[in-house]
Amino acid sequence: METRDLRLDGNAIGGLLLEVFGLDLTAAPSVCGSCGSRQEVARLDVYVNAPGVVVRCCRCQAVMMRIVQGRGRTWLDLSGTGCLELGELG
Amino acid sequence: MPGAPWLAAEVAGTVEETPRVRTLTLGAPGWPGHHAGQHLDVRLTAEDGYQAQRSYSIASAPEDGVQLTVERLDDGEVSPYLVDEAREGDRIEIRGPIGRYFVWEASDPTPLLLVAGGSGVVPLMSMTRHRAAAGGRAPVKLVYSSRRLEDVIYRSELEELAARGDGFEVVHTLTREQPEGWTGYSRRIDPELLGEVAWPAAERPRVYVCGSTRFVDAAADGLITLGYEPQSIRTERFGATGS
Repeated sequence: METRDLRLDGNAIGGLLLEVFGLDLTAAPSVCGSCGSRQEVARLDVYVNAPGVVVRCCRCQAVMMRIVQGRGRTWLDLSGTGCLELGELG
Repeated sequence: MPGAPWLAAEVAGTVEETPRVRTLTLGAPGWPGHHAGQHLDVRLTAEDGYQAQRSYSIASAPEDGVQLTVERLDDGEVSPYLVDEAREGDRIEIRGPIGRYFVWEASDPTPLLLVAGGSGVVPLMSMTRHRAAAGGRAPVKLVYSSRRLEDVIYRSELEELAARGDGFEVVHTLTREQPEGWTGYSRRIDPELLGEVAWPAAERPRVYVCGSTRFVDAAADGLITLGYEPQSIRTERFGATGS
């Protein structure tokens, strides 16, 4: 198996995002904090094999989100995300 | 969490699709319904309290309850149970539906291209069944890559749907092994194959691609080579399995 086989997309964390945000975010537009690319969350690159989940921009590969769960808590790092657009998504 | 309640579901029936793949019909009181193409999360709880959860695409049309089609991953935590052990009456938990991005409505008349690798056919089958159940008029081409003929999921149902002559076509490619006299394609999906069977980009079809990461990347890159707009291609990757 190669690293590229570990790359999934934002569909794979639809359930996790639903749990964290209470919304289905897969169709929500997101803006990369590094390159400004605007993509639906489902199009982002997702790695679930790291300790926690790492979401990267599908254009420039910058880290946009990190989500770690444990001990009944969730740690959410959105510092690489410029904007998340929430509409009628529930 | 308010957006994601776990629901109790009961296995109401099972169908062997291939030696590695089984369909489970679930009864789930309170299930809110789904759109074609969506998935759900399954959670299993062991007697000692250990929990494991995985996502599975919904195979059934929205008109037809909840069916999951699951491929056994030999090192999996959840799929060996669902494929080999689950019996009618067993109880599991489900959460969903999930995925507002990878959905298709039968009321949409735009030509539709579905590209499936292995068990990536499952959400695309939900769309196909939805079109049949709702009387959708969109012309549909399903390009379906499998390793061998016996790995083709829903083979007879796809033949029946195609035989109706109402605008649904299926094109198979078998990448590992072909039966004698096989007249379909016998290689991995590439731009040339897609160019022969897909709608011309000028018709601006809607495209859904589902399969392993390698499969999806190859199919999407091939379609972009043929002039498809990247934004017209919706993809769903499920890891290193499939064809």
